[in-house]
Amino acid sequence: MQYMLLIYNEPSSWESMSEAQRGETYQAYTTFTEELQASGKMVSGDALQDTSTATAVRVRDGQTLTTDGPFAETKEVLGGYYLIDVDTLDEALEWAAKLPGSWYGTVEVRPLVTDYETMSA
Amino acid sequence: MVRDGRGATARDRLRNDVGIEELTRAYRDERAKSVAILGRVLGDLDLAEDAVQDAFVRAAERWPRDGVPANPGAWIVATARNRAIDRIRREQTLARKTELLARAETLSEDEEAVIPDERLELIFACCHPALAAEAQVALTLSLVGGLTTPEIARGFLVPEATLAQRLVRAKRKIRDAGIPLRVPPEHLLPDRLRTVFAAIYLVCNAGYGPPPRQELCVEASRLAAVLATLMPDEAEAHGLHALLLLQDARRDARVTPAGELVLLEDQDRELWDMHEVEQGRDALDRALVLRLPGPYQLQAAIASLHFEPETDWEQIALLYGRLAELAPSPVVELNRAVAVAMADGPEAGLELLDAISGLDDYYLYHSARADLLRRLGRSAASDYERALALAPSEVERDFLRRRQNLLAP
Repeated sequence: MQYMLLIYNEPSSWESMSEAQRGETYQAYTTFTEELQASGKMVSGDALQDTSTATAVRVRDGQTLTTDGPFAETKEVLGGYYLIDVDTLDEALEWAAKLPGSWYGTVEVRPLVTDYETMSA
Repeated sequence: MVRDGRGATARDRLRNDVGIEELTRAYRDERAKSVAILGRVLGDLDLAEDAVQDAFVRAAERWPRDGVPANPGAWIVATARNRAIDRIRREQTLARKTELLARAETLSEDEEAVIPDERLELIFACCHPALAAEAQVALTLSLVGGLTTPEIARGFLVPEATLAQRLVRAKRKIRDAGIPLRVPPEHLLPDRLRTVFAAIYLVCNAGYGPPPRQELCVEASRLAAVLATLMPDEAEAHGLHALLLLQDARRDARVTPAGELVLLEDQDRELWDMHEVEQGRDALDRALVLRLPGPYQLQAAIASLHFEPETDWEQIALLYGRLAELAPSPVVELNRAVAVAMADGPEAGLELLDAISGLDDYYLYHSARADLLRRLGRSAASDYERALALAPSEVERDFLRRRQNLLAP
C-alpha cells in the first residue's frame, strides 16, 4: 500500500534553530532518505519551498482567481512529503516516527486511493 | 409415539433444545474467532461480521431441525465463507469483486476443518492506537465481546446512532488505512499491549457507574480472561484479569439498592462475592510467578488486601508507593495519602495530600481532605463544599451530603 507522509511544521521552529541545529536536522533528513531508499520502500519525496513562494488558484463561475499565498493563517504548514510503499499502516507509522519533522512538528500519514472504480461507484 | 399439539415428537423437541443450546454456546465461543479469521482473510471486518451474522441466522434455522454439526465453529466459518462469496458477487466494482473473491476462496469449505484462534490478532486491530480510544472500546466490545450496538450504546450512555456511526468509521479505517490484523512484532508489543489493557480497563470503568452497569464489568473481565489465556506469559494480562475480578467482587456492596455509594470501610462484608475474590487471587498468583511487576498487578494486590478481615494499611501504603514509582499520577498519590492516613494517622496523610498538585478540580481529592480535617477536629466545611460542587452526579453528591452531616454537632 502507498502512504503519503505529509510533514507539517511551524516555520518559526526552523527559523529559531541555531546554525548547528539546522545542520543536524538537515543531516538527519539525509540519513532518513538514504535509509528509506536502501529499504526499497521509497517512491518519491521532496521538500517544498516556504509558503511565501505559494500562489493560490481558484476558479469560480469560469473566472480564474489567482492570489498570493496560502489560504489561512495556520501555524503548521506543509513543508514536504515522502511517498512510501509498505505493507501495513504500522510500517508507515514507524517511518513517520523516524522523520525528523515528527520530532518538532507533525507528520500526517495518509493512505493513497488505489481503487478509483469504488470511489466513483 | 408421544406427540404434542403441533405434531412434533418428543425427540424432535429434544433435538430442538439441544440445537438452541449449542447455538448460544457457539455464538458466545465461536463468533469472535469466525469474525477474526474472515476479517483477516477478506481484509474487511464489516463484510466479515455480516457474513458471520448470516451464518448464525442459517444455523438458527438448520441446527434445531437437522441437528448440530460435528464441529460447530468450522461449520460457521465455512457457511460464513459462502455467505461472504454471495455478498461479494453483489459488489458493484469489478476490481474489488475479483480481489475479494480470490481472498474468500482461500478459506476452507470444509465444515470440519480445524479453526485457528485469531482473536488476539482481532483484539490488537480493534485497539490500534490509530483509532480513537472510544472507538477502540466500542469495537472491541462489538467484535470480540459480541455485544450488540444497542447494548454498547446503553453501556456508554451514547445515542445508538452515534455508536453505530463510530463502529462503521472504525471498521472502515482498519480496512482503508491498512491497520493490520496481527499480533504486533516484538518491538511494538509493549506499547500496543498498554493500549489493549487500557481499552479493557475502560470498559470496566464505564460499568462502575454511576449508574453501575454490571454487564460491562463482566464483559471486561471476560475479555481480560481471553487475553490472559492467549498471552499466558504476559504478567500484566493476568494482573488486569485479577484486578477486574477483585473489583467486581464488591459490586453488590458498593452501592445500596437505593443507589447510594458505600465507602469500603462501611461495606457489608456479607455482600462481597468471595468466590470471585478467590478467582481474582488465583489470577494474581498466575501473574506473580512470572516476576514481572506492573501497575495492574500492584492494583490487584491492593484490592486483594482490602478483602482481609483486618486491613493491612501499612502494606497498602507501600504498594501505592511502588505504584507511584511505576505509573506516577496525582490520583495514585491521592490513594497513597489516604492509605498513609490510615496507617500513620490523619496528620501524615494530610501532609501528603497537601503536596499533591493537579487535583484541584477532582471531587475525591476534596472529599478525602475534608475527611482527614474532620478526623483532626479541624474545619472541613469548605472542602466539603468544593467536593459537592465538583461531584459528577447526584449519587456522589448524595454521598457527600451524608458525610457532611457527620460534621453537624
